[in-house]
Amino acid sequence: MMSVKSLIGIGFALAVSGAGAALAQEAATPVSAGTGTTVDHSKLEILQKDFATGPEVTAACLTCHNQASDQVKQSIHWDWDYEHPETGQDLGKNNVINSYCVGVAANEPRCTSCHVGYGWTDMNEPPPQAANAVDCLVCHDKSDTYFKIPAGAGKPFGKEVKEGAVTNTGKPAKPVDLTLAAQSVGLPDRDNCGNCHFYGGGGDNVKHGDLSSVLHNPDESIDVHMAEEGLNFTCSTCHVSNEHQWHGSRYNVTAKDTEGAPPPGQRHDVSTCESCHDTEPHDSLTLIGFKLNSHRDKIACQTCHIPTYAKGGVPTKTVWDWSTAGRMSDAGKPYKEAKYESASGKKKPTYVTQKGDFEWGEDLEPEYYWFDGQIQYANTDKEVVPGEIMLVNTISGSQDDDTARVWPFKVMRGKQPYDTERNRLLYPHLFGPGSETAYWGKWDWDTSFEAGAAAAGTEYSGSYDFVSTEMFWPITHMVAPAKDAVNCEECHKKDGRLANIAGIHIPGANPMGPGGKLGALILALTLAGILFHGLARLFGRNSRKES
Amino acid sequence: MVQRTVQIFPPFERFYHWAQVVLVILMTYTGFRLYGIHEWMAYDQAVLWHTYSALLLMLLWVFAIFWHLTTGTWRHYVPTTDGLIHVMRFYSFGIFKGEDHPYRKVYWRKHNPLQSMAYLALKVLVFPLIWITGIAYLTYRLWEPAAGSGFWIEIVGNLHVLAAFGILSFIVMHLYLMTTGHSIWHHIKPMFNGYDVVDLTPAEEAYLEQDEPGRIKPAE
Repeated sequence: MMSVKSLIGIGFALAVSGAGAALAQEAATPVSAGTGTTVDHSKLEILQKDFATGPEVTAACLTCHNQASDQVKQSIHWDWDYEHPETGQDLGKNNVINSYCVGVAANEPRCTSCHVGYGWTDMNEPPPQAANAVDCLVCHDKSDTYFKIPAGAGKPFGKEVKEGAVTNTGKPAKPVDLTLAAQSVGLPDRDNCGNCHFYGGGGDNVKHGDLSSVLHNPDESIDVHMAEEGLNFTCSTCHVSNEHQWHGSRYNVTAKDTEGAPPPGQRHDVSTCESCHDTEPHDSLTLIGFKLNSHRDKIACQTCHIPTYAKGGVPTKTVWDWSTAGRMSDAGKPYKEAKYESASGKKKPTYVTQKGDFEWGEDLEPEYYWFDGQIQYANTDKEVVPGEIMLVNTISGSQDDDTARVWPFKVMRGKQPYDTERNRLLYPHLFGPGSETAYWGKWDWDTSFEAGAAAAGTEYSGSYDFVSTEMFWPITHMVAPAKDAVNCEECHKKDGRLANIAGIHIPGANPMGPGGKLGALILALTLAGILFHGLARLFGRNSRKES
Repeated sequence: MVQRTVQIFPPFERFYHWAQVVLVILMTYTGFRLYGIHEWMAYDQAVLWHTYSALLLMLLWVFAIFWHLTTGTWRHYVPTTDGLIHVMRFYSFGIFKGEDHPYRKVYWRKHNPLQSMAYLALKVLVFPLIWITGIAYLTYRLWEPAAGSGFWIEIVGNLHVLAAFGILSFIVMHLYLMTTGHSIWHHIKPMFNGYDVVDLTPAEEAYLEQDEPGRIKPAE
């Protein structure tokens, strides 16, 4: 029998040795464990100071990362300018007209609040030249505290925040501690990219439809790759980067990747599905897998694997009618109506004096078109034909085009202003508190278009109207788990999902085509003949019985 | 002439017939599902059943063609006009008056001239049409890069369906003709046990008694 004393002794010894083991473990595990980095920025001497401005932080970053600023300045994130290699069109936010707030020109401080730099106030000038005008923190802050002022041309909030101020994500703004943010830096996560890209078009999921605040912390049913409990991908897991250049372009899309997954050490430059899943992603040894792989030649992965977009209770804007903007309340004041309620119970505006009428949608089925990856923008090059739908951008591709596949799209519809003399789309000057020309405040389209034309370097004749427009947005995010992929019969039936696609043969989509009709006629004639013959036999037998 | 009960369908032919019945029913049902005529099955299941039945049927046909060629059974289908007019006249007039069928079945020629022509048309026109278009359908991926493939797949699909209706019409006719004659069972029984009553010349009877006693039942 063991004495109580010795039991206590053993217990004490065990406790001490256990604690010792725990201590040893702690000492062996660096603080930065799991962050994937070899530097703990909170320990760097140069970051141990009270930063007053963003550029001060950038200057500190550049003392070590001395190529970073130059690299960022080579990217589309910096100059918002993209010359399309195929069409030669001048694209990028700097140039394009869309069917949301139309264009950046003249509205810089609002729009450039999402620029990866500080103080780009005039789009006719290139972004600021100084090396430390690049904003490192907006992409690399891991403290989730760094936010830019929505109309601050890229400037972050300061130590003091005005009552009622909100960030561009729609959340109440908090004071920004630049030192804390600077010491937290690391590789970008979903929040860094999402804080701008999820809120494009002026709010949560307004623009893309497949990029919304739901992707900050999605589950598998929303996005099988980004699911927090699953693969937990960040944006840059697919949008691979090298020296601050990213892959994955909306202007020049790889609509059909025939190269597939690279061997180790090679090709790490694309964000296509095939770059990981290879060109034969389904099990070729099963019949259905074999069949699905043969779909891949003409059907984009996204077409089946993104059955719906604008998921998770965050709707996307589907219609924006500028022609009704400017109505005032009975009190003569601008007003708002919010008659759309999302699945998550959030009210969404359906009329705003500044912007006109809106419609919203969620869990939407995409529309499908042939797509070779090339997108052309109308901008002010393309003529508006009054009474016809003006395509703000056009997508190309067809069945016999080897680079094209059937892709899913969000089609944004609306009405937007055009010049009735020149038959070209117009750039409005919308934003500018205190300005003499901004529509939001002066409520005069003429002065707004004049100022917009001047800022964009085009003309305005003095007469305008609104034209119905459509704009195409390829859907490629919010990939569903395999079990939720589009079923065969959703396309293989009459008036199925791909009913409008020309040039492909879809069994089941056209019951009773010419072959079926002729065949049915043969069958019907056979049956009629049998009926006739059988009746004649019956008649003959009866008449024989009688005789 | 004497009437004797002789085996006219050897075991393989009966197996071939009934296996074909099962596979053709399966393929018609699943094929019409794939074509969109009905929706009483999941599409991917229909793809599986239709394709695997097709592969089995093609395998069966390989054996059947081999069998026809090596056993000389193909001679049953050589078209002839001998007696054709009588058979046509029977089905157009005589049958209504209760006349007897003019064709007398012989053991080396089990089909009447009209019947053998119908089978010949089925075997050299409709069946090849359905399996050639079927294989083209199944292997579309291999020729899809060719110019005009989008047009040709439409042709292939339509011909495939046309052939399917042709086969279905044949089956309907086939079933209807079983109602002619003495009884339906009389027509079906030989396809189960292989035996039917045929006319034999004394020489034929002697030959079968002597050299193929298993094929002829003892005289009653």
